[in-house]
Amino acid sequence: MHEMGIANSVLTAVLAETARYPGNRACKIGLRIGELAGIDPDSLRFCFEALIKDSELECLVLEIQPCSRRHRCSCGHEFAVKDYDFRCPNCSSAATNCVSGDELELAFVELEEYEPITT
Amino acid sequence: MNRLPLERKVLSENDLIANRLRERFLDNRILCVNLISSPGSGKTTLLEKTLEHFPKSQRAAVLTGDIQTENDANRLKRFGFPVKQITTGGTCHLDARMIETHLEDWPLRDLDFLFIENVGNLVCPSSYDLGEAAKIVVLSVTEGEDKPLKYPSIFFRSELLILSKTDLLPYVPFDVDVAMENARRVHPAIDVVKVSCLNGSGMDEWFHWLETRRHSCSLRLPQQQ
Repeated sequence: MHEMGIANSVLTAVLAETARYPGNRACKIGLRIGELAGIDPDSLRFCFEALIKDSELECLVLEIQPCSRRHRCSCGHEFAVKDYDFRCPNCSSAATNCVSGDELELAFVELEEYEPITT
Repeated sequence: MNRLPLERKVLSENDLIANRLRERFLDNRILCVNLISSPGSGKTTLLEKTLEHFPKSQRAAVLTGDIQTENDANRLKRFGFPVKQITTGGTCHLDARMIETHLEDWPLRDLDFLFIENVGNLVCPSSYDLGEAAKIVVLSVTEGEDKPLKYPSIFFRSELLILSKTDLLPYVPFDVDVAMENARRVHPAIDVVKVSCLNGSGMDEWFHWLETRRHSCSLRLPQQQ
């Protein structure tokens, strides 16, 4: 259950990024999560929503892009691995290398103009 | 609306500190390993037997993580090597900042081996780079053969799998071949050492792995994760 820490790191990165654009706030954030990353997307979303509740980021939408495990074969073919079957569907070689699937990355942030309410 | 591509890791702050640590370990020719397993798989016992085997002149140290208590550090201090407990107070994993903070007053030039014993947890520690040269996953024969398939992240990221408590094999329905096949389905190139801390079998292979890996760690490029 480290999703709270991960959610907090996402928000810290969003705040750092938006600070470079005065007069804007983040309205949507895209996150890539690989199937090998050891992150539960539902748990992460729960933590994320708990953290932004009643804050000025309350409207921030989290978009999670799941990434499957992909292998590349020496024949050049790249394919999604299902049920841990690493054999190349093109040439049946078992000598394939993992090229993606452990992502935990910020893909994008969307900004909108925003003026903080001052009292 | 304005969409900005970011293309950066969520844990980039942790990775920054981890890379700083990795450089310090490489500069000092230290082999740092990060031991990860479920609670009760035998990480502390493996370290006890490792320290017991080392000559007193061996330049080794241990950072051991737990949510509460100094129990593990007290067990490991008996062998005369520097040992520090990292008590996380509730956090389910160690992060790079905890390692950096706890190394502040240790002269790294005096070390050849640094063992990090992570909090007992097969999920969360796998996400956090601690600057180690290698993650090591410990799996005991009282667990299921399908653990590598259920928790692929840590088996995928570990260089070595230590199968522990092999002295119990006659008494438990654990199929070693199936477990190894599952581990290799997740990580085809994973090294495997089978040990019993109780009767000592396989321990020489573990010591050999450590020595060989230490000799290569200053030559090998650090693994980027």
